[in-house]
Amino acid sequence: MSPVEPWVVLAFSSAIFFIGLYGVMVRRNIIVILMSIELMLNAVNLTFILFSRQLNDLSGQMSVFFIITVAAAESAVGLGLVIAMFRTLRSVDTDEIQLLKG
Amino acid sequence: MLAWIPLFPLLCFLVNCAWYAFGQAPRGKEKAGALIPGLIASFSIFASFLVSLVLFLKLQGLEPEQRIINQSLYNWFSVANLHVEMAFRLDALSAIFSVFITGVATLIHIYSIGYMSHDATPGKYFAYLNLFCFSMLMLILGASLPILFLGWEGVGLCSYLLIGYWYADTLKASAGKKAFVVNRIGDLGFLLGMFLIFYSFGSLDFEAVRSIVVGTAHGEGTIHGVGQGTITVICTLLFIGCMGKSAQIPLYVWLPDAMAGPTPVSALIHAATMVTSGIYLVSRLNFLYSLSPTAMSIVAITGAVTAFFAATIAIAQTDIKKVLAYSTVSQLGYMFLACGVGAYTAGVFHVITHAFFKALLFLGAGSVIHGMHDEQDILKMGGLKSKMPKTWLTFTVGLLAICGLPPFSGFFSKDEILWQAFSSPSGSVILWLLGAVTAVMTAFYMTRLYSLTFLGTPRFSENRPHTGAKVIPHQSHSFPHDGHGHGQSHESGGVHESPSLMIIPLQVLAVLSFAGGLIGIPHFSWLDHWLETVIPTHHAVSSGTAPAMEWVLMGVSIFGAAVGMIFALKLYSNLDLVSHLKTRFAPIHKLLENKWYVDEIFNFLFIRPIYQLSLALWKGFDVAVIDRLALSLGWMSERTGQTVRVIQTGSLHVYAIMTLLGLIMTVGYLMYGMA
Repeated sequence: MSPVEPWVVLAFSSAIFFIGLYGVMVRRNIIVILMSIELMLNAVNLTFILFSRQLNDLSGQMSVFFIITVAAAESAVGLGLVIAMFRTLRSVDTDEIQLLKG
Repeated sequence: MLAWIPLFPLLCFLVNCAWYAFGQAPRGKEKAGALIPGLIASFSIFASFLVSLVLFLKLQGLEPEQRIINQSLYNWFSVANLHVEMAFRLDALSAIFSVFITGVATLIHIYSIGYMSHDATPGKYFAYLNLFCFSMLMLILGASLPILFLGWEGVGLCSYLLIGYWYADTLKASAGKKAFVVNRIGDLGFLLGMFLIFYSFGSLDFEAVRSIVVGTAHGEGTIHGVGQGTITVICTLLFIGCMGKSAQIPLYVWLPDAMAGPTPVSALIHAATMVTSGIYLVSRLNFLYSLSPTAMSIVAITGAVTAFFAATIAIAQTDIKKVLAYSTVSQLGYMFLACGVGAYTAGVFHVITHAFFKALLFLGAGSVIHGMHDEQDILKMGGLKSKMPKTWLTFTVGLLAICGLPPFSGFFSKDEILWQAFSSPSGSVILWLLGAVTAVMTAFYMTRLYSLTFLGTPRFSENRPHTGAKVIPHQSHSFPHDGHGHGQSHESGGVHESPSLMIIPLQVLAVLSFAGGLIGIPHFSWLDHWLETVIPTHHAVSSGTAPAMEWVLMGVSIFGAAVGMIFALKLYSNLDLVSHLKTRFAPIHKLLENKWYVDEIFNFLFIRPIYQLSLALWKGFDVAVIDRLALSLGWMSERTGQTVRVIQTGSLHVYAIMTLLGLIMTVGYLMYGMA
């Protein structure tokens, strides 16, 4: 089994990243937006691991561990906010939550 | 231990504040007892009195040169080479002041318990009174000018608070304001004098300045590089402060109006203690004043003219407290006359005897007002001798003391002042003459007051419902009545003698007024000897004038006082003759009754122009420029906000895109822009 070419991995991860970005930009459901952020984070993780391997430098993988941890915390907080929001506003649609509109 | 003298009143001020705030105020206008706050306040000042007395005796046990007790609490502030300690110093002068102030104050506090028993907020009253005692003792015991100034301002504040104590009455409230404003004018002079002292001598501590001055006084014209002119300016500026506090021409106008306050306050603050602080200051700085003949003659002339001028006004007043107020102004003039001719000891002596007999007269007047249900017009009194025998008796002692008949205390101090005004190197016949004529007038108007109040037949109807209506329509500035609310039970009763809580302080003061002169009998004066360390005795006094002259002048002043008294007694036993004379000399009477129109002149000269200027500034500058500027600034920021607020769409996606764009721009700048 031949090793995967680096450009393939890069292309794959950037595809995932832009899918996530698209999700954040376009979707109105806040849960989907959170999921899209996760996608972007993991695309970055993949890139980190690729370069870590290519450059023989373990600090890239270290970063990935940190990102995973922080991402877990972030999604916990985000979901908590979503629940609180849903309780008060009965909606998870970002168009409905524009209380700070100037 | 020294610091406890002012600390006792301060502590009880706090206690009384708490008492009032938590115990009395929440209950609103409901009648609250004066007994407990009164006892707290009296206890505190009595404790101060005891401490003063102990320390006084301790001082007396020491050698004359070592009669100084210092106590420094902490460093108040230090800036560059100015170091002000919160320090107290007890020497011969401050010891005698603190003893008689705390003593008289104790009596007046006890009297107040009776006098304020019908008041709505006695807790507040006693708290103010305690705060006043604290400030006054700071003033007396302060070791340096800033500490003295702290007390000086404190007593001014308390005076304001207590004059306007019944602040619901606009007249009384504005009398308080008047006192405060006039005092501020004087305080400006005091401050400038203090700055100049620091600039010249580099210190504000009395002892330090004194040692600099005394140490180099024998030099050639300048002291410590400070010229004669500077010292004159310092003394004059400080004397302006004294003019305000001690009610001298032209800043005396507040004192007669200060009678709007409760009568014990008039007795304590506006007769016995606060108004004498100017004399204290001049005596304390006697080493400076003695170096400047110009400043001394300013003090002497101001004092003599004030004494004369105020006495003329007192002759035609009909409000019992106003007569006493002008009499106080006049007596203060005497004290400054004494200081101005270099007889500081005589001035201090008169301060002490005056504190006794004027407090007595005021408290007696308070007792009359209390018994007459807030009537203050002497034309509506008369014949009170039989109704209020105890008040009458004590008032008689006060009368004899202020008129200066031997052996009452006023005789010794007043005669000493007159003699010094005549014989001292800086005295003159004119000063003596002014003083002597004033003494005759004093005897006249005090006897007039006495006769109209206590002698003759009553000019009021028994059981009259109290209306407070004024009988004399053209007396525009009088305060119709003292205004402290009486309980219902008193309304039905007639004129009555005051309760013993008020009579006992009167009797004690009467004894003191009688015997107080014994500390300063000329030539055997214990007081001269006692104050020698602070106020060097004038050895030049007796030179040049024969001792026989002293006896002659003494005889003249006794004779003058007796003539004034007898004339007033004769005249006012025949009231028809009085009204005949009044119409005969109507212009003079009117002039005196309206106090030489000084208030009106001041109004025209100062108040009206300032009012007009303020009005012009308000309309022309404040509204037209400042307000417009401020409003346009507000309008501008509002417009800006209105314009920019559309950025805040509230849409999450727009924010995300903005963030992304910002990120791209930042990264782009970092990657390419740096090159």
